[in-house]
Amino acid sequence: MAREEIEKNGRDEMIIDGCEESKQQEQNNVIFDGVNVNYLKVYYGKFFPHADIFKWMSYGNDGKHPGCDYSYFRRREFSFTLDNDIYLRFQSFNGLSEMENSIKEKCPFKIDIGPVYSVDPAKRHAYAQGGDNVFTPVERELVFDIDMSDYDDVRYCCSGADVCLDCWPLMTVAIKVIDTALRDDFGFNHILWVYSGRRGVHCWVCDGKARRLSNEQRSAIADYFRVYKGNENSHKKVSLTGPALHPFLVRSYNEVLKIFFEEKLLSSQNLFLDEERYEKILGMIPDESVTSELRGKWGDNRRSKEDINIVRWQQLKHILQSGKQKLQGLRRCVEEIVFSFTYPRLDMEVSRHMNHLLKAPFCVHPKTGRVCVPIDPSHCEEFDPTAVPTLSKLLEELNMEGSRRESDIDWERTSLGDSVRYFQSSFLQPLLKSCKEEIEASYSAKLQESKNSLNW
Amino acid sequence: MEAVRSQKKPAVADDVVPTLPLYRTAPALEVRLEDFELYAIDRLRVLKGISDGLSRGKKPDEMEKLANELWKLHMRHPNASEVVNKDIISHFVLRLVYCRTEELRKWFLSMETSLFRYRFRFQTPEAQRALMAEFHLLYKTVSNAEYENVKDKLSQVARSIGQSLSSADAIFYKVPFEEVPDLVATRRVFIQKGQAFVAMNQVVSLVVTQFRTLLSKALALTNRKWTSMIREQEKDRLTPLIESLSSSYLGPDYSQPREFTEISLKDIDQVAKSSFPLCMRHLFEKLREDHHLKNGGRMQLGLFLKGVGLKLDDALAFWKAEFSRKVGAERFDKEYAYGIRHNYGKEGKRTDYTPYSCQKIISSVPGVGDHHGCPYRHFSEENLRAALGKMGVSNRALEDVLEKVRNKHYQLACTLTFEAVHGTSCDAGINHPNQYFIDSKKILESSNNANST
Repeated sequence: MAREEIEKNGRDEMIIDGCEESKQQEQNNVIFDGVNVNYLKVYYGKFFPHADIFKWMSYGNDGKHPGCDYSYFRRREFSFTLDNDIYLRFQSFNGLSEMENSIKEKCPFKIDIGPVYSVDPAKRHAYAQGGDNVFTPVERELVFDIDMSDYDDVRYCCSGADVCLDCWPLMTVAIKVIDTALRDDFGFNHILWVYSGRRGVHCWVCDGKARRLSNEQRSAIADYFRVYKGNENSHKKVSLTGPALHPFLVRSYNEVLKIFFEEKLLSSQNLFLDEERYEKILGMIPDESVTSELRGKWGDNRRSKEDINIVRWQQLKHILQSGKQKLQGLRRCVEEIVFSFTYPRLDMEVSRHMNHLLKAPFCVHPKTGRVCVPIDPSHCEEFDPTAVPTLSKLLEELNMEGSRRESDIDWERTSLGDSVRYFQSSFLQPLLKSCKEEIEASYSAKLQESKNSLNW
Repeated sequence: MEAVRSQKKPAVADDVVPTLPLYRTAPALEVRLEDFELYAIDRLRVLKGISDGLSRGKKPDEMEKLANELWKLHMRHPNASEVVNKDIISHFVLRLVYCRTEELRKWFLSMETSLFRYRFRFQTPEAQRALMAEFHLLYKTVSNAEYENVKDKLSQVARSIGQSLSSADAIFYKVPFEEVPDLVATRRVFIQKGQAFVAMNQVVSLVVTQFRTLLSKALALTNRKWTSMIREQEKDRLTPLIESLSSSYLGPDYSQPREFTEISLKDIDQVAKSSFPLCMRHLFEKLREDHHLKNGGRMQLGLFLKGVGLKLDDALAFWKAEFSRKVGAERFDKEYAYGIRHNYGKEGKRTDYTPYSCQKIISSVPGVGDHHGCPYRHFSEENLRAALGKMGVSNRALEDVLEKVRNKHYQLACTLTFEAVHGTSCDAGINHPNQYFIDSKKILESSNNANST
């Protein structure tokens, strides 16, 4: 099957990406003074952590150990988007210096990372001649893409590509819910969260086990995370049926969603502010008598010192959860409303297939100029997308520093320093340690096997 | 397996145990050419029935019943000892038939796996255990101490799927989650640190996954053999038979427009109103309204229009006219034109992609901002009512359509809509948006001719 799907998906993905990116092009050009090739040249020369990216993508196969697979890095697809929207797909590199030189020379506006294929993707045509479909993806990180523009129906502060500190916490919540489940439920350990540079986050799950998942298994995980069922033409957004919720949903609700909804989102988004807004919530309650009772209460309710959102939410909860409402369906309504407004909305297709491209960390977002820096999930509340260094800020810092000292690595002293250090110490080191153990273990297992067969 | 020309005596296997074969190796049987074809057609009837049931959105227990009935109806054999042979032979014949393209393999794999699942459920516990052993599914059971630890969670899961945690189910297997993807996808298991707690009665999922993997590999292998040897060797005997078997049942794919259906840009609005099925009409109107469609919508509508007879140049002009109002002509040329040429086989792998069938559209999962999918399945009742009203469906017919929708007969709902809009019956039913279009054109043209003469 492989070839057809690769081409198709590759193409689809790039188009999706392209069209979403540029919806708000004009507005952002005003904010940002432009990413030009000359700035990027400096960035790739002095800031971009080529060696760390190479080490990551090698997964321990660049070492001296006899169990290393030296073709591993070579079989990875990189894809460059150049100036003028020229896409170069199926780039592959022999090693660090070849990759670094190519990036510096081509100066891509965007670098995407694809799967590891069965053979060097640059030579795919040679292999394709046989008609045996030997060119096929064999490994790929499990990836997730969460995009703020998918939350437009539940945020009133911004829409489309814009984010502000009032809606960004929706991303924080998404990170917490997904990260916890990936670790506690699925048992993954090597997880990298990255700011996508404008209005979303990407997640890379890098455990060996995750990289080797089949498309079907990836889909299963994506579906495990899915509660949001709905499209533009049906209003039922979240449907929680059955007499109980799955433990994963219970945990997400109790530990993250409920608190966030009641203590933050209600007020920050003014969810019950006026009739239009509260009608949207009443629309999720399938019981006339309840909604008309609430409407009656809210119709002329004015001037109260308390936050109107909190008052109305309490009233709604009180009615729905009072003894009168014996029906399971109505009790579940409170949870459904909270899930509708807060539960993570994943772009499922990105996670389902091995051959979906995803933007590399530490790229510079071409529209905002912000660097795609990692986000520490254990401190994700502290992450502020508006404080992420931009390319022009970094260059400024570099100029200031440059006059003082010459030696040292450039990024260390700039505001990108913490991000690179986090990437190295909290993600890369533990990852490479476990990769080496894995290589060692499978190598000695192989030795043992061949020994046994010799004896026999 | 050998296919021979009639008369040979049917092979009789001794001690036929009525159990579920795994089809690991082709049987060393001689098969009469007539049986070769007849058995295959019988099995196809079963698979097609399952496929129809699934696309109508039947629930698992209904499907189980349906599969069982289909099997009994079509796969019986007057000679009891032949029943197993018929099962095996028909499977291997269809494997040949359906190994030849990605699309065929996908369909066959998915239907055979479903069939296997339903049949497995009807096996005795002993037979089920034997099958598990055959797949080397030797999982550890959860110890009592561990069970007590996670009992609350297990009971939560059980209740979430409408069951209760009785002591009979107290046997759980700990299985890596990767091996039970369907249980994970539907959140029917508790998962902790990568281990899924699979109840005894969910074991079927484990077995089915193994079966699917086995068959998927086998199909790829069969395809290789087919292209490298069998097709040529059998070109006078089996090849024509096999090639006709798949097309006779899957129906035409509508990738090439029929001669009389060619549409030009100036007629397209008129034609959309008169002859597009609701799914396409909706996409078409949204495109005119928003000057944009997300990828799923572009694919569904774009391929349909290709099948309808919109030429590549016209298609480019059509999409450009809309998109450029939203994103500008330059961005259209850069980012979207490629996709349209791709649909027409002018880019990438250069495959001429086929328009989506109803089954594919019904099973799609439109998300936020998406307008593709099957309106009968994906619209809320309110929106569907409004949309049908706009198409001119009378109130009475509308209630009939909604009744079908409530029973998840989406294609029947579409057929009723067709009948209401065109005022004639549509006995064949609607299976493909392009078929809807062609049938509609036929009716309109014949009534035009009648009027003019």
